[in-house]
Amino acid sequence: MELSGAEIVVQCLKDEGVEYVFGYPGGAVLHIYDAIFQQSDVKHLLVRHEQGAVHAADGLARSTGKPGVALVTSGPGATNAVTGIATAYMDSIPLVVLTGQVATPFIGSDAFQEVDTVGITRPCVKHNFLIKRVEDIATTMKKAFHLATSGRPGPVVVDIPKDVTDPRITIPYHYPTEIKMRSYNPAVRGHQGQIRRAVELMLEAHSPIFYTGGGVILGEGSEALIALVRELNVPITSTLMGLGSYPASDRQFLGMLGMHGTYEANMAMHEADLVVAIGARFDDRVTGHIEKFCPHARIIHVDIDPSSIAKTVRVDLPIVGPVRSVLQDMLKQMRSLKQKQQQPNHHATLQAWWQKIEQWRGMHCLRYDRSNHEVIKPQYAVETLHKVTGGDAIICSDVGQHQMFAAQFYPFEQPRRWINSGGLGTMGFGLPAAMGCKVAHPEREVAVVTGEGSIQMCIQELATCKQYDLPIKIILLNNGYLGMVRQWQEFFYDSRYSQSYVEALPDFVQLAQSYGHVGMRIERPGDLEAAMQEAFSMKDRLVFMDIIVDPKENVYPMIAAGKGHHEMVLSPDSELV
Amino acid sequence: MRHIISILIENEAGALSRVAGLFSARGYNIESLTVAPTEDGSLSRMTLVTRGNNEIVEQITKQLNKLIDVVKLLDLSDGEHIEREMMLIKIRAERAHRGEITSLVEIFRGRIIDVTDASYIVEMTGSPAKLDAFIKAVHEEMVVEVVRTGPSGIARGAKGLVLS
Ligand SMILES: Cc1cc2nc3c(=O)[nH]c(=O)nc-3n(C[C@H](O)[C@H](O)[C@H](O)COP(=O)(O)OP(=O)(O)OC[C@H]3O[C@@H](n4cnc5c(N)ncnc54)[C@H](O)[C@@H]3O)c2cc1C
Ligand SMILES: Cc1ncc(C[n+]2csc(CCOP(=O)(O)OP(=O)(O)O)c2C)c(N)n1
Ligand SMILES: [Mg+2]
Repeated sequence: MELSGAEIVVQCLKDEGVEYVFGYPGGAVLHIYDAIFQQSDVKHLLVRHEQGAVHAADGLARSTGKPGVALVTSGPGATNAVTGIATAYMDSIPLVVLTGQVATPFIGSDAFQEVDTVGITRPCVKHNFLIKRVEDIATTMKKAFHLATSGRPGPVVVDIPKDVTDPRITIPYHYPTEIKMRSYNPAVRGHQGQIRRAVELMLEAHSPIFYTGGGVILGEGSEALIALVRELNVPITSTLMGLGSYPASDRQFLGMLGMHGTYEANMAMHEADLVVAIGARFDDRVTGHIEKFCPHARIIHVDIDPSSIAKTVRVDLPIVGPVRSVLQDMLKQMRSLKQKQQQPNHHATLQAWWQKIEQWRGMHCLRYDRSNHEVIKPQYAVETLHKVTGGDAIICSDVGQHQMFAAQFYPFEQPRRWINSGGLGTMGFGLPAAMGCKVAHPEREVAVVTGEGSIQMCIQELATCKQYDLPIKIILLNNGYLGMVRQWQEFFYDSRYSQSYVEALPDFVQLAQSYGHVGMRIERPGDLEAAMQEAFSMKDRLVFMDIIVDPKENVYPMIAAGKGHHEMVLSPDSELV
Repeated sequence: MRHIISILIENEAGALSRVAGLFSARGYNIESLTVAPTEDGSLSRMTLVTRGNNEIVEQITKQLNKLIDVVKLLDLSDGEHIEREMMLIKIRAERAHRGEITSLVEIFRGRIIDVTDASYIVEMTGSPAKLDAFIKAVHEEMVVEVVRTGPSGIARGAKGLVLS
């Protein structure tokens, strides 16, 4: 089969099983767009801004586990994509981003729409390539998908000069079924001796806790995790990125930990004698002040990326390997160890620990004031969303207070239902990410929890949703503030609200309508549930719900900068136990 | 602590900037860096000198290993090793001082490779400390220009840092 470079690019996508590409055309990628036009296996969705293309591909990847693909032109197309690429990089999301480049003879001459895409993206990709010859396209594409999806996943950029895709030059096409790279060998199995040692520590511990993260979702380790945690009868907490990997409604689950984590999760971390970290990277939002972090605990850390281990926190027992196989090995070794040793009843040892935890739970740290029947509390809006969707929707979030309320008040029972930008914290992520989720899961409810600040950062994608009939539900928790910023200003800058009030808001109802969607405004708590029912009953319409919420609500608990897990600021309402 | 790290890296365009970029992005310091292709043209060998406490150097080696282009890496400071650096140094050398300079060069096993009526260029290889010592010995005011390559390193013993 003889194909041109442009046709090869598209054929590689087919051979990788890629169904959807999100993109935006321009001079440098016109040959590729022409090849896309002449086939129908790979479907292209035209976004309205390249940032949206990458977030959409990212949303598809997060909700399916498959690599997301975006296609943008050179110069401004590539620079617009950078925020999306960095977002995926920080959360280790598998993406292949194809960028057009000026023709090879022009590279380095400040040609029209030329930027050094490889140079600009280098610090925020797992790897990137500049293809110089049409003969190199197929192997480079294979490498790109292999790198993006294996080991610790991440975005890979493939920069393709225009002459490389010239339709007049054709070559025989062959897509490699396998690729070996001598310089890249991610761990496939954990060290059995270390795993055995870890299991011994788990069985000896008096106050152990599992602290799990996004790696459990990325590595499909949820099932193995649940089996191990249940058998050990240990408490478990999760980072923002790991929510859903362990069912939130389970008795052993303590909720999220960290800056806005629950009282019980953070206190348990503080008093634990053993912390088992799985696919989590000890982010500063999680640890609080490092010197005060887990003062009594030995730490086991399972991660596929050696550089995640002992990066910010000392680790007593490192295990480099993929979560799933390591967790399975742990369970196997534990069962055989228990049989051999006739262990004293491990569950009885933990009784005192569970009693303590139940006491902390009794603080009801997420309690909020429900007495006001005039003003909608953002927490109540999220609870209502949970009720109306039966807890089974894919929830995409933007960044701010609403993100934390969604994480705290929408209990996730399964992985890949909670889609948000944690590492980079990119406002504008939610709506385009939801497009990717909806495209991949047309049968499932997809909702965006957002703020009036965030939604305006990629609002143009409402047009994309119209063009492709993506009936997403937008839950705007409109507090009239850059609420997260306002909260910090209230706490740490004596309520000097510098530039955090969002004035001149558009009429979101009319705005939604002008894009061809349904808009609703809800201002009273009593109207909320019925309105949401109505919105979700419109199966084939995008409904934009502008929900006016309490402008001054804060996110609690909160660990301020420099504080430890045991020094949370609690909500004034939590003491109403 | 000073560490000297040997790296085998794919000889690809941009590989060097990945290493340099890693150091600037993560705030590690590079004291020196030497690179050249190896006998296998698809690979380059780098020797990199950096400073940091154990935790930092551990992160540096992990981050370097994580770069897709890095094939193999060895912290030479972990074992016995040899370091050599090459220096070209231009020295003021009027007739009156020539004898003294020549004997210094001999003591340090250097070679004079260029002579004018007012100057010498000396070529010298050795450990970085030896080169420092030579510069000190000729007196600062006599030194016109110094070019140093930064050290290259190799581990002692029969084993090599090669593709297995
Ligand atoms: C406004 C705001 C507030 C926030 N507040 C909080 C908060 O209160 N609490 C909180 O937890 N976070 C919070 N975050 C998120 C925080 O910034 C980090 O993104 C998050 O804590 C990181 O989660 P993680 O440790 O699970 O790491 P991820 O970024 O999910 O990293 C995953 C880890 O798993 C590893 N891994 C990947 N695949 C595998 C595999 N197959 N096998 C083994 N290991 C693997 C990776 O190498 C990596 O180390 C907040 C973010 C924002 C924007
Ligand atoms: C692109 C971007 N710019 C700035 C920020 C800093 N920031 C974090 S939260 C926030 C406020 C978000 O406001 P809104 O979307 O209304 O959400 P709220 O906190 O009010 O729920 C800002 C400005 C960010 N995270 N991303
Ligand atoms: Mg707001």
